[in-house]
Amino acid sequence: MMHMTDDYIIQQIKANFGGSIQEISEPSGLLTIVVPKEKNIEVISWLFKNEELQFTFLTDLTGIHYPENKGMEMSIIYHLHSFVHNIRLRIKIFVSAENPVVPSMTPVFKSANWMERETYDFFGIIFQGHPNLKRILNMDEMDYFPMQKQYPLEDQQRDDKEDKFFGR
Amino acid sequence: MSTENKQEIVSDGYKGPGFFATTLEKVVGTARANSLWPLPYATSCCGIEYMATMGANYDLARFGSERMSFSPRQADLLMVMGTVAKKMGPVLKQVYTQMAEPRWVMAVGACASSGGIFDTYSVLQGIDKIIPVDVYVPGCPPRPEQILDGIMKIQELVKNESLRRRNSTQYKELLAGYGIE
Repeated sequence: MMHMTDDYIIQQIKANFGGSIQEISEPSGLLTIVVPKEKNIEVISWLFKNEELQFTFLTDLTGIHYPENKGMEMSIIYHLHSFVHNIRLRIKIFVSAENPVVPSMTPVFKSANWMERETYDFFGIIFQGHPNLKRILNMDEMDYFPMQKQYPLEDQQRDDKEDKFFGR
Repeated sequence: MSTENKQEIVSDGYKGPGFFATTLEKVVGTARANSLWPLPYATSCCGIEYMATMGANYDLARFGSERMSFSPRQADLLMVMGTVAKKMGPVLKQVYTQMAEPRWVMAVGACASSGGIFDTYSVLQGIDKIIPVDVYVPGCPPRPEQILDGIMKIQELVKNESLRRRNSTQYKELLAGYGIE
């Protein structure tokens, strides 16, 4: 088996999705590509089915909020792992905070089910086509998405902690 | 309890050769105080300290709490030890409501008492937000000696409270304030 390099993966991805890849970088040595949100299923299922690359494992699926990044505040991150080559790949997509709707990854990876529920729970990202998109970790009564940056970390209901005693 | 060396458990009363007379309330209160069945509700490191408290070195059994009750139906004392997440809140409240009167609650450690260092959206900021608490034990986590001190404070309450605390208007108002019954 040939030794798989990042350059080879970049070359393969460019050959198939050249026009739609928005960015390729390697922060901390982890190959990262940014694709448009409509392309997420297409790119990831191609990587999954590709008999050479074999990115058959979804290590993680999560979100991140960049409030300064106007028009594309919310990001969804997919970490793929190819066991055969022991190589990892990160795929990011960006959506606006006003309309954070992306296609669900559950048709490709069953394991995306709970991870997308968690991402919805904390970031409020709507995964279209998800079979059961409801909160998974926080209590059902919660009326906001706590990982969005506009919400403070601290519990807002308590009145016995004065900010000045807590260095705030 | 007539041996001179022994500390008397019931202090108020009339004592003579071969007899001791006191009120029924004192006797029942003493019996309750020295046979408390604790229900451990342990969620984190304070629970480990509680295990040490039950162990041979500190030996909670010396205070009459030999038997832990893992059913709330038979428990007298709910000991909440550790961080309670908001999602866990309704479970804790249900455990409390399943306990029969008379019942006491002890919040062990900073988290159960006030949320502790976890001043965050997902953690209940003290169990007294959802159930009434009799004794708070500070510490993060408290040492077994502190937990024993808390138990002794509970025993003082049990000995000196009215046997029918549950019938008092104050107690009823307290429970109503928490929306229990």
